[in-house]
Amino acid sequence: MIKLTVNGAPRSFDGDPDMPLLWYLRDELGLVGSKFGCGAALCGACTIHLGGTAARSCVTPVSAAEGQEVVTIEGLSPDGNHPVQAAWRDLNVAQCGYCQCGQIMQAAALLKDTPKPSDQQIDEAMSGNICRCGTYPRIRAAIHQAAGQAPANKGERL
Amino acid sequence: MIHELKMMAERESGAAASTPILANASRRGVLGGLGALVLALSLSDRARADEGQTEEQKAKKFGADGMPHGWRDDPKIFVAIAKDGTVTVTNHRSDMGQGVRTSVALVVADELEADWAKVKVTQAYGDEERFGNQDTYGSRSLRHFFPHFRHVGAAARLMLVQAAAKQWGVPASEVRAENHQLVHAKSGKTLGYGDVAEAAAELPVPARESVKLKDPKAFRYIGTGKIGLIDNHDITTGKAVYGADIKLDGMLYAVIARPPVYGGKIKSVDDSETLKVAGVVKTVRIEGGEIPSEFMPLGGVAVIAKNTWAAMKGRDALKITWDDGPNASYDTDAFRKELEAAARQPGKVVRNQGDVDGAMAKAKARHEAEYFVPHLAQAPMEPPAAVARVKDGQCEAWACTQGPQAAHDRLMKRLNLPADKVRVNVTLLGGGFGRKSKPDYVVEAALCSQAVDGAPVKLTWTREDDLHHGYYHTISVERIEAGLDEKGMPVAWLHRSVAPTIGSIFAPDPKHELPFELGMGLVNNPLNIKNIRLENPAAPAHVRIGWFRSVSNIPHAFAIQSFVAELAHKAGRDPKEYLLELIGPARKIDPVEIGDVWNYGEDPKRYPIETGRLRRVIEAVADGAKWGRKMEKGRGLGIAGHYSFVTYTAAAAEVEVDAKGEVKVNAIDIAVDCGPQVNPERIRSQMEGAVIMGMGLALTSEITFKEGRAQQNNFDGYEIVRIDAAPKEVRVHIIPSSGYDGPLGGVGEPGVPPIAPAIANAVFAATGRRVRQLPIRAQATSA
Repeated sequence: MIKLTVNGAPRSFDGDPDMPLLWYLRDELGLVGSKFGCGAALCGACTIHLGGTAARSCVTPVSAAEGQEVVTIEGLSPDGNHPVQAAWRDLNVAQCGYCQCGQIMQAAALLKDTPKPSDQQIDEAMSGNICRCGTYPRIRAAIHQAAGQAPANKGERL
Repeated sequence: MIHELKMMAERESGAAASTPILANASRRGVLGGLGALVLALSLSDRARADEGQTEEQKAKKFGADGMPHGWRDDPKIFVAIAKDGTVTVTNHRSDMGQGVRTSVALVVADELEADWAKVKVTQAYGDEERFGNQDTYGSRSLRHFFPHFRHVGAAARLMLVQAAAKQWGVPASEVRAENHQLVHAKSGKTLGYGDVAEAAAELPVPARESVKLKDPKAFRYIGTGKIGLIDNHDITTGKAVYGADIKLDGMLYAVIARPPVYGGKIKSVDDSETLKVAGVVKTVRIEGGEIPSEFMPLGGVAVIAKNTWAAMKGRDALKITWDDGPNASYDTDAFRKELEAAARQPGKVVRNQGDVDGAMAKAKARHEAEYFVPHLAQAPMEPPAAVARVKDGQCEAWACTQGPQAAHDRLMKRLNLPADKVRVNVTLLGGGFGRKSKPDYVVEAALCSQAVDGAPVKLTWTREDDLHHGYYHTISVERIEAGLDEKGMPVAWLHRSVAPTIGSIFAPDPKHELPFELGMGLVNNPLNIKNIRLENPAAPAHVRIGWFRSVSNIPHAFAIQSFVAELAHKAGRDPKEYLLELIGPARKIDPVEIGDVWNYGEDPKRYPIETGRLRRVIEAVADGAKWGRKMEKGRGLGIAGHYSFVTYTAAAAEVEVDAKGEVKVNAIDIAVDCGPQVNPERIRSQMEGAVIMGMGLALTSEITFKEGRAQQNNFDGYEIVRIDAAPKEVRVHIIPSSGYDGPLGGVGEPGVPPIAPAIANAVFAATGRRVRQLPIRAQATSA
């Protein structure tokens, strides 16, 4: 029996301890905000916070979360108004939106450690998160905005 | 507006704001009560007009009229207003990131004079008889449905006005709709939309000619770019529901082991180890593997389990031997040589203007080049996924599909069920880019459900499945030869395009590009050259070929726009000035006259090719990029323009190439002239995204095959652009349009084609080395 906490609630799991957290969250707990994109820690769509640090839930076995606190996008903020989420909405970052929960979780972890990141720090922290729609310019701008910095280039306006 | 629709909206109102289709998914009967509702509603006049027409008559139609099932504009189908005033707009187009749910809702809301804060959107299930065409590809949604959605909103507004007038006993002409209220100025009376919704729903739909559209000057949402994404909150909080996110009571989970080679079949299966995996319920043979596959499954062995992980582990434990079939030796390196050989021989002539051979013989100089573009995978971040339940002679599916009617029809065919026993619900799509217009995965999910006595089954495609069993972008060689005059301008132009056709998934391999492929930048090349011959030598297909965002425009634009820059260099001219001269003066070209019978399905009179608009987007990006400025060593600017999806786009790229050949894109300017703009905010985001996707295929993305098998497994081998490679500056220039009377152009795809040639031309400017093969990777160095 593996005991862990998910979004503040104590949970126990007696299935395959090798099952990646992603499938435990999605299939067993119905927390589908963490997405499957690659299954190999190559795209970041499944990003969660494990013990306060960004982690790829698709390659993290449930057993590795024993006794730890797991936070998913559903638990990032009680009302969905974490500054990163608010900035994402304000700048209309999303296109299809599928990768954005992972992006937001990664960005929230970045700002926790680096409250005023440079473009380069953003690129380093976020380069494991793929967005096939290509929302990267807005992701950079939204992270700056969430950090209270002036948004970077939002594009030429006619 | 009518009772039933209101009830439908109310039933769904318990769900998260923008995902009501899922509200009662597991509780409601397979087809709910909606079958009766369909019958209760009259088809629109348009649909009746369609009846009894021959295929030939239908074939002459353009735009939405020319699409299967055309369009509908009955407000009773698309608008529901609840007692509390909440307006629910039904959107029948799939949203894969282009923002169509927002854009459709804001068009209806604007004409309806609705308060945006009280507007919701709900997603139509697949039923083109009811909703009109739902094939969401070809950059068509607003291009085809903008006028009809305006009408929907305006007609609903008129019905509300009439209902209020009736209640007050005043002439309707004295009542106006204003920000979710009906106002009678003379008496000062007001009513909310919710107050009269029920009465309005009882009224007949007004005759089309009696409905007055708003003066565009009074638009509050259309064209402003001020409306945020309607799904923003759900997307940023994890509540948005994609195909992979559906959960039904008693649902099982499946993955499928498919033949590694297109057309392969199972020789033998040993599933003994699979069945020992905890959680595995069953293995099932999926019949398939026919060539052409059309939209049907490839076949294989499904592993059905109590969770996705168990299904995956069970699949890993399968021991299958395959008969690889006729494509067992497909090797893209060897195939490229075949394509090159074909491009060096005469082929099927698809446009012949003037006397190319004569002019070529007399030319002062000649230039020739061959360009290669590999297979690509759409690789949407959400791999194909579907949930299906096949029980009691009925099938209900939930899927991230670009073509719900296509999915519906394939389910009918494969399950042998009548139309009214199949329902396809459309979720949000985690990207599409053409992959999700083919519903093979929806059929697979249904076959899995059938095999477990109707328990609902969620089918997951892994990323490896996505890259190994795709409907790939074609693979192509473009060979262009020009005869030049004394000034270095072409007097003769011979372009041979060789590429397996998408037609090969529908029919025994036709080996030649279809009109819609030729019409993507090859035959409708608008360059002002006297003698032009375009040829399409044959090329067989060895994998499933499918649509990839902007499709054949990718190789055609890459070749033509690179070649023009090569000619400019040979002539010692500035590439932008040379390109503009070659496009020639502003004029309107009838696409039919230059051999393009397709013209993106649009009326050639309404949608001629306007070279002035092409010139203008090129000038816009040149201005944006400060074209002509002096560049540091190792840096360069490149430019390209292209006409696609009846829209004009151009890009200017600034790149930096290091001594190892690493290409860094510092900035991209992209300009778009798509005519009238409904939602400029999403036009901008589509251009930004097209820049990134275009960069990926220009720089790093490629699917190769050996022994019939795709060689890339995941995002390590199939490299797409990550944030650290994204340009620091992406400047989008939207060319203003005068009013809303003119025809709309496409938006979702046209941003892609000019990116790769602009980058290749910039690499040349930076290094002096011409790259004619995608992806560019490290072919040119600044050393």
